[in-house]
Amino acid sequence: MNAIKQLFGGNTRQFGMIFALLALVVFFQVKTDGLILTPDNMINLVNGYSYILILAIGMVLVIIAGHIDLSVGSVAAFVGIVVALTMRDWGLPWYMGILVGLILGALIGAWQGFFVAYVGIPAFIVTLAGMLLFRGANQLFGKSLTIPVPTDFQFIGAGYLPEIGPDTGYNNLTLLIGFVGVAALIWGEVRGRRKAQALGSDVKPMWVSVVKLVVLCAVILYVTYLFATGRPGTSFPVPGIILGVLVLVYGFISSRTTIGRHVYAVGGNRHAAALSGVKSKRTDFLVIMNMAILAGLAGMIFVARSNASGPSDGVGWELDAIAAVFIGGAAVTGGVGTVMGSMIGGLVMAVLNNGLQLLGVGSDWTQIIKGLVLLAAVVFDVYNKNQGKPSFIGFMTKKLGGKDNTGLEVAMPLKDTVKADS
Amino acid sequence: MVSANPVILEMRSITKEFPGVKALSEVSITVRASEIHSICGENGAGKSTLMKVLSGVYPFGSYEGDIVFQNEVCQFKDIRASENAGIVIIHQELALIPELSITENIFLGNEPTKFGIINWTEARMRTLELMARVGLSEDPDTPVKEIGVGKQQLVEIAKALNKSVKLLILDEPTAALNESDSQHLLDLIRGLKSKGISCIMISHKLNEIEQVSDSITIIRDGKSIETLDVKADGVDEDRIIKGMVGRTLESRFPDHTPTIGEVFFEVNDWTVAHPQIADRLVCKNSSFNVRRGEIVGFAGLMGAGRTELARSLFGRSYGNFVSGQIIKDGKEITLRNVPQAIKHGLGYVTEDRKTLGLNLLDDIKTTTVSANLAAISKHTVVDLDKEYSVAENYRKQLRTKTPSVDEGVSKLSGGNQQKVVLAKWMFTDPDLLILDEPTRGIDVGAKYEIYGIIQELANQGKGVIVISSELPELLGISDRIYTIFEGAITGVLNKNEASQEALMKRMTAAKTSA
Repeated sequence: MNAIKQLFGGNTRQFGMIFALLALVVFFQVKTDGLILTPDNMINLVNGYSYILILAIGMVLVIIAGHIDLSVGSVAAFVGIVVALTMRDWGLPWYMGILVGLILGALIGAWQGFFVAYVGIPAFIVTLAGMLLFRGANQLFGKSLTIPVPTDFQFIGAGYLPEIGPDTGYNNLTLLIGFVGVAALIWGEVRGRRKAQALGSDVKPMWVSVVKLVVLCAVILYVTYLFATGRPGTSFPVPGIILGVLVLVYGFISSRTTIGRHVYAVGGNRHAAALSGVKSKRTDFLVIMNMAILAGLAGMIFVARSNASGPSDGVGWELDAIAAVFIGGAAVTGGVGTVMGSMIGGLVMAVLNNGLQLLGVGSDWTQIIKGLVLLAAVVFDVYNKNQGKPSFIGFMTKKLGGKDNTGLEVAMPLKDTVKADS
Repeated sequence: MVSANPVILEMRSITKEFPGVKALSEVSITVRASEIHSICGENGAGKSTLMKVLSGVYPFGSYEGDIVFQNEVCQFKDIRASENAGIVIIHQELALIPELSITENIFLGNEPTKFGIINWTEARMRTLELMARVGLSEDPDTPVKEIGVGKQQLVEIAKALNKSVKLLILDEPTAALNESDSQHLLDLIRGLKSKGISCIMISHKLNEIEQVSDSITIIRDGKSIETLDVKADGVDEDRIIKGMVGRTLESRFPDHTPTIGEVFFEVNDWTVAHPQIADRLVCKNSSFNVRRGEIVGFAGLMGAGRTELARSLFGRSYGNFVSGQIIKDGKEITLRNVPQAIKHGLGYVTEDRKTLGLNLLDDIKTTTVSANLAAISKHTVVDLDKEYSVAENYRKQLRTKTPSVDEGVSKLSGGNQQKVVLAKWMFTDPDLLILDEPTRGIDVGAKYEIYGIIQELANQGKGVIVISSELPELLGISDRIYTIFEGAITGVLNKNEASQEALMKRMTAAKTSA
């Protein structure tokens, strides 16, 4: 167990989720006789879930800051229809359409952020109102009709990388992305070890780094191989590339920049953050605004993929995004969560959906299973934190009643033990 | 001469372990009928754990040893079971529901019912009776949020009496009370004693313990060290401290020779209104100054407006600013918000470490740099190497006890948490550091270290303001002490002319002093 912990940086929750994800993939691969790990299905998976994962990036920041956003599905639909209309009626080119969409998202976000941050209305209420408001606005502007979008716009939702360079039998750009990813991974690990040594902090044993790199590189190369060997003309899909870039950018922002630190600080303890000079209202505003921009982007990608914007686009997306974030290890009380974790959480849901579909399971059972998975993930988390270390017996004998949410915050029974060794 | 009353409670060789830590090891205490028995020990000695074992919070089976109450071995499986036996615990954080009335709170979970319907007439009549017993005169329909903390404490006791309590456990009952409310509470406990109700009291206020206790059990490092009979053994505070720390403290304060420079920070006619109630002033025309290298104490009773003054100065983070002037280094400055205050070289360490001072989810290094992120970041990107080395420096300098700076702050003891908070503010390199109750909830040994840090800061030419409820602490470390009463500064005493009596006079009787 210790070795596994070291391998995944001591984050049992994320390790648990990665493990669950791999187990799911293997399970469905066996059950469906290899239908899940095919180029076509992988492309479907990426195209079909990238917009939910983009929402989850914004949502995890909102949830870390201690808020929630229920309006993302409606905002996505509203932005989608406005972009479709401006391109059809005003003849805007596709790139102007995207710009309009992003600006509209920012405006909507500023509207909601204003009420949350500066008027002090709980985000649950503001975004519940937004959910109704922007759904209605979508149907009002679109007259409840479906508005088609031009072919060149569809590139962001259903496009592929071009074939360039020598004919290798693979999609060359996909290969390039895979190789760059592997190189970056190795470089990052080497650099991390060097730095740790230079600073004199604990350096992980060599074998940990090696095992980690071998496993991760193998996964990346295999996925690269799958995407590069699809039908001629296909590659790693464009929405997946957009998602990947966003994950890198937001992962960096959340963990390495001052604004990212402020988001965690505000969510962890609003008062303490304010007394340390963090402008907590501005942080709230930015987080909510950012969510709406990403919702707009997700809406446009979805519209591009389905060739048209419709009145019931984005229904229920908020719940998928929120589920991804919580499966990915965020806490309801705020202050906890990572972009990477949410991506893994989202992928667990996506693979589950996709696999069950391939097995021909109906939407009734799919929903039941997804609900149970969400619950199980959070229960696992709570008991893990309550017990200090996982133990099934401890889990069974521990009285779970009484202290409701506190387990998510600080391990309560540990408080006394900690004091004792002062 | 141990009193001849029969033994009501005996806890024999109680051992309680948490994963990795033995919180209690073979602790035994004996409480007699009609006795006030105090339990003393440093933070983390195991007092609260012991009380949780007794009251069933940690159920039978999760500890070793026996609890014998009224000659019966008890196996409490939860709080309700211990309450049924007549043991009631009143926690430091009161378990009252603010929105409910006094009557509703007293009968919460214990409502007089007939066929499941609450008989409010009976409840109200019994409430009036109980209120008379504890000396509380309020309308029983008043929501408890509208009465003061002192009275809320009385409601808790009334609630306990309603459960026909035989042994009352009070965890830091006077921590949040002012002098007169405390006195009333202690008198009440004495009154209950004469009616045959025993009481176990946990308190850090040694003078109160000395005043009301019949016997004292001292716990240190999870072991019961000794039981003192207050009258027979002639126990005083020094005797208790000796037992708690295991040695006689030569001096509670490090030696310090101040080098005091010129006045660099002045506040004139500072007036601030309550955040919700505009015509209630929490600071009234307060004027004071701080010199370089000086440690300035602020003495006042709970609620006198000390914290309000400090926080309103610190970027108006409390209340509504009415008027006043801050002059620093000869120039008037305006601090509209916390970032501005930090920029002008102010730092404020809050009295409430857990709810206002720390993000308990954070680790040590993130906390250390959190008030001055700009110093270790370039184009808003945080330099993690610098973060680590800054945190590591302060860890060494302040001797914070932790395996590494990657450790979560929630895992540290109070004293070490306070060191991290101090490090956070030291990293902003303030000219004036305001410390609000800097040693609250910190044990005696760590206090000494914190005093040393405060003096070191003063030696570097910084001004330090220390706000404290503990007068001996203020007298021990301050070079000058201001007194506050009801929002106004009522006097200032130099170290050599200050005494507890002189301070107390100015802290309570504004008009006759200064």
